[in-house]
Amino acid sequence: MENFLTDLQGSFGILRNTEVLLYLLKGLGFTLGISLITILCSILLGAVLALMRNYCVHGAQRVLKGFSTFYIELFRNTPLMLWMFVCFVMCPAPEFSKSFATALGFSSVVAVKTLFKAIVAFTLFTTAVMAEIIRGGLNSVPVGQFESAYSQGFGTLHTMTLIVLPQAFRNIVPTLLSQMITTIKDSSYMASLVTVELMGCTKLIISKANNYNGTWVDRFDRGTIHVTDVFVLFGFAFLVYFVINFMLSCTVRRLRERKRKQPA
Amino acid sequence: METVFSARAWQTVWQYRATFISGFLNTLQSALVGLLIALVIGFVLGLAAVSGKRLLRGIARVYVEFFQNTPLILQICFLYYALAYSGVKIQVVTIGFLGLGLYTGAYMAEVVRAGINAVPRGQFDAAASQGFGWLDTMRLIILPETIKIILPPMVNQMVALIKNTSCLYIIGGADLISCTYNFVTGVETGGAYGPAYLLGGLLFFCMCYPLSHLAGRWEKRLKAREQTKASAEEAQTGEEATV
Repeated sequence: MENFLTDLQGSFGILRNTEVLLYLLKGLGFTLGISLITILCSILLGAVLALMRNYCVHGAQRVLKGFSTFYIELFRNTPLMLWMFVCFVMCPAPEFSKSFATALGFSSVVAVKTLFKAIVAFTLFTTAVMAEIIRGGLNSVPVGQFESAYSQGFGTLHTMTLIVLPQAFRNIVPTLLSQMITTIKDSSYMASLVTVELMGCTKLIISKANNYNGTWVDRFDRGTIHVTDVFVLFGFAFLVYFVINFMLSCTVRRLRERKRKQPA
Repeated sequence: METVFSARAWQTVWQYRATFISGFLNTLQSALVGLLIALVIGFVLGLAAVSGKRLLRGIARVYVEFFQNTPLILQICFLYYALAYSGVKIQVVTIGFLGLGLYTGAYMAEVVRAGINAVPRGQFDAAASQGFGWLDTMRLIILPETIKIILPPMVNQMVALIKNTSCLYIIGGADLISCTYNFVTGVETGGAYGPAYLLGGLLFFCMCYPLSHLAGRWEKRLKAREQTKASAEEAQTGEEATV
């Protein structure tokens, strides 16, 4: 029991180490940044795919519908991890400068390239999900809206961008937010490619916990990693993910409640 | 990318086809055992969530919120490390079953809860008036009625579960993704990226697409039936009004 308490104290000591804490918080920053970039890019691309799948139904345009359908079904029925690995090998990445890498806090340009590829894979994958969400929003816009837009002399492009899409997006705000939760969770997949976001950083710290938990004596006695380190460090990660996602999911619930109360 | 067209790369894949077959079977196995665990958790917690008992509802809520709001990879990693460092000898496969089952269970619980909540209140009252106890009401009347509603989302969760087996890579699992990746980076087999990823992806697609397609069609049909029912009712009330 006494052993356990000293172990636990040592483990909490890891989190009191400012260096470690800052490193983990930087990981959190990357998690949020990566998720945000991915969400924004995939909303843009997803909107294009959704419009193509929904409205390109005549003549030669059907090629676009076919492409969009194929893309969406392909990415929705294969795992994200596959695309991460595929992009890791096959996706071209621009030559980042050394100073850019240092500015982001990376020691090598290769790591930045890997991060770039992982974000590309993540975006490609999330785009398919987004497209289906946006399509749901488009389908919820009454046909009358299209007709009245056309009758007022709006062209197809303006009907879509000024009349239909704004209404579609208003209808799917809760779903978009819950997709944000999924995206933040899924960003942890990157831990298997590159150590940059919260999950990867936590894992790295655990593998070096013996340096920080007070058991390190000298270079011959390398110290030991205790099970309490695992609990404390992963517990910290659990807490951080949970607080962020729980706030989001509470917002989603509130929005849904409000919508239900609104008279139809 | 060029390796897709290289006959030699395809040959290597064919030569090591056993790797892909075993990966495929492992993914199936993890998904099936995970599904079983998830169904048990889902029904127990789903029923707890709609029960009148505050404590049970609280437990279900906490479980669902915890597992839905934290990444699966983190959960699996935690299980793996916590058990390894506390000296428990346990196979990676078993951790996979547990991790996937516990995570998917939270989603199944929400599906079951939503399904039960969709059953009209009158059904509960009618059952109670006929002297059914709580368990019999659920078992004989409410759950059979929910099956139609909860099957499509359950199948969707099943698809997610199959895809999530790829998370086992992080703890050195032997699922399809890990096998594919180990194949393309292996010393003897390395390099055949194109064919290997194509094959791995295709196998996943073959597992998931039929299921998600089925679920999608089911859902559409359910929605259509509801709409015709609603419009029929509307027409009826309209007629009554004119009479």
